[in-house]
Amino acid sequence: MNLAQLGLLEQSIFVLVALALFLSFVLLSQARLTTMIHVFAWQGFLLALLTAIVAALGDNPHLYISALLTFLLKVLLIPAMLHRLIRRLELERHQERLQKQALVMMAGAALVIFSYWVVLPITHMELAHIRNVVSLSLAIVQLGMLLMVARRQVVAQVIGFMSMENGLFLAAVAATAGMPLVVELGIAFDVLVAAVLFGVFFFHIRDSIDTLDVDQLTRLSEEER
Amino acid sequence: MTDFSPLLLAELAILAVLLSALSALATRHLPALMRQLVIPLMGFSGLLALLAGVWTLGTGQNSTAILPIGLPWLPWQLHLDALAGLFLSLVGGITFIVSFYAPAYVREFEHGNDSLPALGGFTGLFIAGMQMVILSDGAFVFMVSWELMSLSSYFLVTFQHEKAANRRAGFLYLLMAHIGGLSILLGYALLAAYGHGLSFEAMRAASLPEGWATLAFLLALFGFGMKAGLLPVHVWLPEAHPVAPSHISALMSGVMLKVAVYGLIRFTWDLLGDVHWQWGVTLLIVGSLSAIMGVLYAMMQQNMKRLLAYSSVENIGIIFIGLGLSAIFSGTGHPALAVIGLVAALYHALNHAMFKSLMFLAAGAVLHSTREHDLDQMGGLLRRMPWTGLFFLLGCISIAALPPFNGFVSEWLTFQTSLQAWALDSGILRTLLPIAAAVLALTGAIAAATFVKLYGIAFLGRARSRRARRAREVSLGMRSALAMLAIVCLLLGILPTLVIDTLNSIPQQLLGKGLEQATAHGWLWLTPVSAETASYSAPLVFIGALLTWWLAQFLLRRGSVRKVRYGDPCDCGFGTPNARMQYTSVAFAQPMRRVFADLFRLREEVTRDEQGRERHQLQVEDPLWDWLYLPLARAVNALSKLVSRLQSGNVRIYLGWSLATLVVLLWLIS
Amino acid sequence: MADLLNPVDWLLALLQVLLFALAAPLLAAWVKRIKSRLQNRRGPSLLQPYRDLRKLFRKEARVANSASPLFRAAPYVVFSATLIAASTVPLLAVHLPTAILADVIVLVGFLALARFFLALAGMDVGSAFGGMGASREMLISALAEPAMLMAIFTLTMSAHSTNLSSVIQHVLDSGLLLRPSFLFALLALLLVAVAETGRIPIDNPATHLELTMVHEAMILEYSGRHLALMEWAAQIKLLLYGVLISNIFLPWGMAQQLEPLPLLIGLAAIAGKLMLLGVVLAVSETLVAKMRLFRVPAYLNLAFLLGLLGMLSHVILEVGV
Repeated sequence: MNLAQLGLLEQSIFVLVALALFLSFVLLSQARLTTMIHVFAWQGFLLALLTAIVAALGDNPHLYISALLTFLLKVLLIPAMLHRLIRRLELERHQERLQKQALVMMAGAALVIFSYWVVLPITHMELAHIRNVVSLSLAIVQLGMLLMVARRQVVAQVIGFMSMENGLFLAAVAATAGMPLVVELGIAFDVLVAAVLFGVFFFHIRDSIDTLDVDQLTRLSEEER
Repeated sequence: MTDFSPLLLAELAILAVLLSALSALATRHLPALMRQLVIPLMGFSGLLALLAGVWTLGTGQNSTAILPIGLPWLPWQLHLDALAGLFLSLVGGITFIVSFYAPAYVREFEHGNDSLPALGGFTGLFIAGMQMVILSDGAFVFMVSWELMSLSSYFLVTFQHEKAANRRAGFLYLLMAHIGGLSILLGYALLAAYGHGLSFEAMRAASLPEGWATLAFLLALFGFGMKAGLLPVHVWLPEAHPVAPSHISALMSGVMLKVAVYGLIRFTWDLLGDVHWQWGVTLLIVGSLSAIMGVLYAMMQQNMKRLLAYSSVENIGIIFIGLGLSAIFSGTGHPALAVIGLVAALYHALNHAMFKSLMFLAAGAVLHSTREHDLDQMGGLLRRMPWTGLFFLLGCISIAALPPFNGFVSEWLTFQTSLQAWALDSGILRTLLPIAAAVLALTGAIAAATFVKLYGIAFLGRARSRRARRAREVSLGMRSALAMLAIVCLLLGILPTLVIDTLNSIPQQLLGKGLEQATAHGWLWLTPVSAETASYSAPLVFIGALLTWWLAQFLLRRGSVRKVRYGDPCDCGFGTPNARMQYTSVAFAQPMRRVFADLFRLREEVTRDEQGRERHQLQVEDPLWDWLYLPLARAVNALSKLVSRLQSGNVRIYLGWSLATLVVLLWLIS
Repeated sequence: MADLLNPVDWLLALLQVLLFALAAPLLAAWVKRIKSRLQNRRGPSLLQPYRDLRKLFRKEARVANSASPLFRAAPYVVFSATLIAASTVPLLAVHLPTAILADVIVLVGFLALARFFLALAGMDVGSAFGGMGASREMLISALAEPAMLMAIFTLTMSAHSTNLSSVIQHVLDSGLLLRPSFLFALLALLLVAVAETGRIPIDNPATHLELTMVHEAMILEYSGRHLALMEWAAQIKLLLYGVLISNIFLPWGMAQQLEPLPLLIGLAAIAGKLMLLGVVLAVSETLVAKMRLFRVPAYLNLAFLLGLLGMLSHVILEVGV
């Protein structure tokens, strides 16, 4: 495959995907919750831009809607909600140093290579570069998962969850020029509801056990340790 | 044995060094004989071996012989080809140079309780063992010589056996050497089973099924890797190498490790043949881990010789990275690139032999002069031992892989090999190779930090102890050995094309392809792949650097202000600093220790005594002890407890066990 | 190779090295001036570094009495190693004989050699500051070097060459391409360049505040011509990184033939790029505060991660079959 054969717009898709992957790594290493939310919003912005480009390339008008939706939801609404949430939870100044940060980063890089290896057998796609984009979106999904494993703060875990969804969305846009609009609307709604529900849950969890550190939640098990 | 061949020369070398061992027996009554006969004989043997090796490398001719000793159906077959020639000249060269150094060094043992016959005798046997391992052309000779090498070096490690630490190091070494030897033996057994014979000739003809071949490779990797000091079976190395007398340390680190590398190359490339790329990945991973961990542990050491021993682990790792790259490329059908990897590994083996011997000999000179192992008791030695200091500095530059010295050239070749990763078809390998290169870069950078620390703490600054203040320059013999090695290091660094031309017959022998394109543009230009891909002209760069230096000196030393005024240091106006205000080696390594804290087992405590004085204690240990060795030791203990139940004390029961064994064996073979 | 052994080309190459050395203080002065302007100060004239160097060269050198011969040799080694490294970087023209003398790995090697002697010189006098500076410098460089090589490997993997001229030619030939790998490599190299040249937020070239110094701590004991050489070497290093970054990533305008007009255009182009880069550096130095030493590993990890992502996106997105 030769990059030079593709047009500038197609090349920019690669750049955007690569940047989105980079932002996933930034999310993974970022200590401050507020910065994490900003980064998450930027990732959403890249996604919206990418969707718009795919829409322009493939002449899929419904993708413009989904780009707009992504922009509204992931760049404006959810980050705003999360900001409000951490303000009310008084977590604005919260910082969490990752334990063994270098190790987590190495694991992240290994996951990227792994997802590439996983998609390599897919050969009957008409264009190899789509498969490569899919491999990176798979990596974004896994990095989101890794974030949830590595972080102890519940709000950070929610951001991890949301960025997983970003990866899935990216794969859908790149591979099949987006899902049917109905499905997309449904997922968008799901994410929104999830964000609201998470918020509600956090208040309850904190009210009843006075912490949002998931390592502390192990005490909830039946056996007394 | 009619005509005069390199092999005859090599046999004479073995004979000479055996004679040296024999004559060492007389030194009990005539200590001076050590300097007058034993060591010169050893050096003579080294010279013969060097000539034999270089001769073989130069002409590329193979020669075979059968020694008329041993049992009739187990002939002692010897063989000298290009690969053996390189390693033989390496053993010979270092032995030769060490023989200049040793007389002055062993002088101190003449009046002590240490037994000179043991030192001279086992040194001779040790060198003979190494030469025979390289020359052997059959598994039987190989294993006998291998064990001779291991055992005699054990006695050299425990030479000063009054110290408990030395005995412990010796025991650990003996134990691991035997496990390794056993593993190599099993590997040969596999080859012999399929090749129907113990000679290498028969083994080359053997065609092993894939699974068995991989098993044989893994056994060989374990066995030879243990001797070479690869992670995670390196633990004996930093214990054993430092406690031997320094010239022996140089031989062990500089040469014996290379003999292990030789063994692996001989076993995998020559005897097994048909290298798989998966083996290459294994070698690459093991090599990268050894390189990075070796240098990190080296950085943490306070004892000069231990630091050097850990740095051997690092360099062996780099050699294995080269070998791994070569195996990956040849396994995926890129023989031309595999050649570069192999040459890089061989070149680094050669370089490491030179600079590590230089470093150990120079450390020995420091030890001889100050009687100190501890870096934090040295300081300011450059002004008291200028020549040793200069050669030590050159060694540091070489080992830290800085241009224009030799360590850089082989690392450069390794980088070039790994950057050819784009030629591979597999995307995973294409990412793995540059990552290995990045690990190599990190290793090189930390190595530079390590040797800045070593040199800066030991040779620069002010003397930290009375002994360091009283240090005196060592004798001419010792200095001349250092000078020779330093010059060789420089020459290997600025004339890489000549070296590669000489090495070229080895890849031709093993991979059926040479590295002609590397020197296709004349001796000035080193172009491993092609002129467009990469070129390095070490001689021109060296001349350029010298010219710039000279020009700067020339321009600035003229005129009215060439004078230099000496005075107290400025030190930000804090007044004259004293020796205790300097950075120590522990302090120097502190940032690094903190950044890589997860990789060490750190025990740090601050205690306060009655007067309120604080005492800071720090222990840095190899975490592998906890993760691997202690569980293993406990398992062995538990197992032996289980077995010890058999020990009832009743003779008749023991006889019963013997009978049962006999019956079972008879049943098995029937 | 042999066709490049042409005396005129070599003369031009030598002139380029000379230009490199002479222009180095100018870039340092430019950054300083922009920075001063941003901080509402007038700032020194652009010729000030030259005046400083001239003054230092004329002054008597003072050496601590606890120093060894290495202390006096080190400035020359540092200076010549840096200059040799600089000579391999194409400044005005893409192809010059000095560029085939040594590739980019040799360049990194010579910079490492300079740093090795700089650190040793810092430890030579036996003051606490020198040791501290050396220890920190070696930590920073140990982490920066793999990041830098990783970024460079990304470039060399797509150009299939470690020769700087070939890399630049490759970029010129392939025209305007949006490569994610180059973007990451650029970011990684920018971060590394800041760390390696001792700028804010890693080190502060203007400080003499004891506990924050890295580079200054090592050359604390130097004076006169020795100090001048050390300072000049540092300025050359800054220019080297600037040229490296601007010529690899924005090679347009460089002379393809060794003729007067293209060379002049090349000069104008590189001057423009460096002025721009200088402004970027000055702005970032004004905006960012110096980091604690133990934050530096995280910073350099980021650089390494960028290099690694560059490599991965090169393999996965750009060539993935």
